[in-house]
Amino acid sequence: MSSSTLEEPCLIEKCELDRLIERLKCEGFIVVGPYVEDSAIQYREIQSMRDLPRGYRDTQEPGEYRVAKLLKKNYFEFNLGPHSWKQFLFPPKLTVNSCTKKNESWEFISKVDSQPKFAFLGVRACELAAIQVQDRVFMEGPYVDPVYQARRESTFIVAVNCTVAASTCFCTSMGTGPKCKSTFDLALTELDCGFVVEVGTARGRSMISDLTTRELDPEHARDSQLLQQRAVDQITKRLDTSEILNLLMGNLDHPHWDEVAKRCLSCTNCTMVCPTCFCSSVTDVSNLSGDEIERQRQWDSCFNVDFSYTTSGTVRDDIRSRYRQWLTHKLASWHDQFASSGCVGCGRCITWCPVGIDLTVEVAAIRNTPSSNRTLPVIQPSCKAECAFPKDSKA
Amino acid sequence: MNATADQKKASPLSEPWYTFPVTIRRAYAEAPNVMTYDFEFDHHADARQYAFAPGQFNMLYVPGAGEAAISIAERTNQDRFLKHTIRTVGIVTRAIAKGGVGMSLGLRGPFGTRWPVDSFSDGSVKRDVILVAGGIGLAPLRSLLLFLIEHREKVGSVSLLIGARSPEDVVYESELHGWRENGVEIHVTVDRPDQNWRGHVGVVTLLLGRIAIPRPQSTFVLTCGPEVMMRYVAKSAINSKIPTENVWLALERNMNCAIGLCGHCQLGPKFICKDGPVFRYDQVRDLLGVQDF
Repeated sequence: MSSSTLEEPCLIEKCELDRLIERLKCEGFIVVGPYVEDSAIQYREIQSMRDLPRGYRDTQEPGEYRVAKLLKKNYFEFNLGPHSWKQFLFPPKLTVNSCTKKNESWEFISKVDSQPKFAFLGVRACELAAIQVQDRVFMEGPYVDPVYQARRESTFIVAVNCTVAASTCFCTSMGTGPKCKSTFDLALTELDCGFVVEVGTARGRSMISDLTTRELDPEHARDSQLLQQRAVDQITKRLDTSEILNLLMGNLDHPHWDEVAKRCLSCTNCTMVCPTCFCSSVTDVSNLSGDEIERQRQWDSCFNVDFSYTTSGTVRDDIRSRYRQWLTHKLASWHDQFASSGCVGCGRCITWCPVGIDLTVEVAAIRNTPSSNRTLPVIQPSCKAECAFPKDSKA
Repeated sequence: MNATADQKKASPLSEPWYTFPVTIRRAYAEAPNVMTYDFEFDHHADARQYAFAPGQFNMLYVPGAGEAAISIAERTNQDRFLKHTIRTVGIVTRAIAKGGVGMSLGLRGPFGTRWPVDSFSDGSVKRDVILVAGGIGLAPLRSLLLFLIEHREKVGSVSLLIGARSPEDVVYESELHGWRENGVEIHVTVDRPDQNWRGHVGVVTLLLGRIAIPRPQSTFVLTCGPEVMMRYVAKSAINSKIPTENVWLALERNMNCAIGLCGHCQLGPKFICKDGPVFRYDQVRDLLGVQDF
């Protein structure tokens, strides 16, 4: 991965993208790209440019998402659907282990070895940032997720610069976009006459070696700039991130958490569409006799009641505490853990919230009415009633 | 000795889902609903590569039922057995209790941070060590206590304060005498005495206020039990002029992956499974008081 392009951008005609897809398939990649399905632009395996959402445009508002076909015939003049690339690197459901009972003893077999090799086509700047965030979670801590690592290291990324923005986008506030700056092998900007191609890696360069490329003339360069500026200009949503760690962690008892809890359904949608949320649970799937068992890891959510269950009780058993957990993790304690925000400003959690909760509005509400600095409850050792041992204790 | 050196990670397993097959070889009733089990590795190679530090935990896995995070109480019988003391309270622990001796199951581990055993002596200075346990919270302190007995001459006084709901809820009761003989001062208090009880009555934090702490600056307090109890223990220790950085505790949260990747055990900036379960009090003090966090 490089932090800048390797050489001057070039121009390809649009049909050349089919040759790139073909080349990637020949190299053994499963090419994944945007595709219109169930009235939404989703990501799935594609075979050619014909599968791309040509002419489609999405409109997004809090709790609202629509796609419509326009007269223009651009391939990438839309923003984001409910899917993110995390479903390919961090699969929603994955068998990590299998267990077989032989002669009354269990044998455990790891299932995480061979992994598919993906080429992502159409990764936006905020999504590149999300992949970087998950890289830090799954590959840069003391423990590495072997499935994520195997998939991530083989993934080929064709990024696309946004030329339009949705009303829910706020990548400019999070410093993640809309321009793709790193973490890609190739980055495209779609003009009416073709794609401007930036090369991010040697692998990216070799993948376009047999495409017909043209030198970029000043007019194309200017058009490319103007289109990218158009996306910037269309972004109206803002999140003030200044001192946000202290703002949120210093307001854990703010009354606004109760106010959000009145609207939040704790449905988990925001965490499912979030490209950085990484919570999961492993559960057992057994055959009828109970001697063949698969351990399946599935996406989980801090909005589920049993997520924080312990034998001493559920830690977060109301919506107030669960929304607070999600927001303070995403925007505040993520910085402590992974040295960046957990939010990339893609706006999916706003669009796909069934009641249209907008985290930028909730943060602003807390910022505008900060409660007095949180003080810890006073502990009185003589207060015997509160000292009595609860029913259960640590095992 | 700083916290990061004390909380050195166990060598991360290259394969986080790798599960050792183990078999229950012995099972003892410890208290009502509490059993102690000795687990033996099915393969000698697994036993050879396995090493833990006091304070760490294993994930015990009953195929079909799931996993439970259980602290390691002891390694015993020439390292053949791993001892775990388990309250029968959930699906997994009930399955273990039902299975009993001869049961085959899986084990992943060890995970988590350890008690700061290197801080108890540095050359000339031997620190006094006070362990404060609430109920089955004695289990995660047991490996530490055995370590202290093994290295008894390297530390100052060793005290163990035990709080339990009733006399029959005191775990390891048959071993207390032997520990006393090995130079451990032990006090037990119960909430609900029976007719035969001649010991202390009341919460364990009151014991901490009663025992002599002659050198608070050179004293460590290490505690495990219900979170509210540990907060009072820490407060009481600090009131007794014991430095905040000498107060350590072990926390409990839902643990699923045990390697900090599943999110369940989060407490603000910490994941209890990999940043804990053993913490220096001042690392988590501000978060423990926040309700439902």
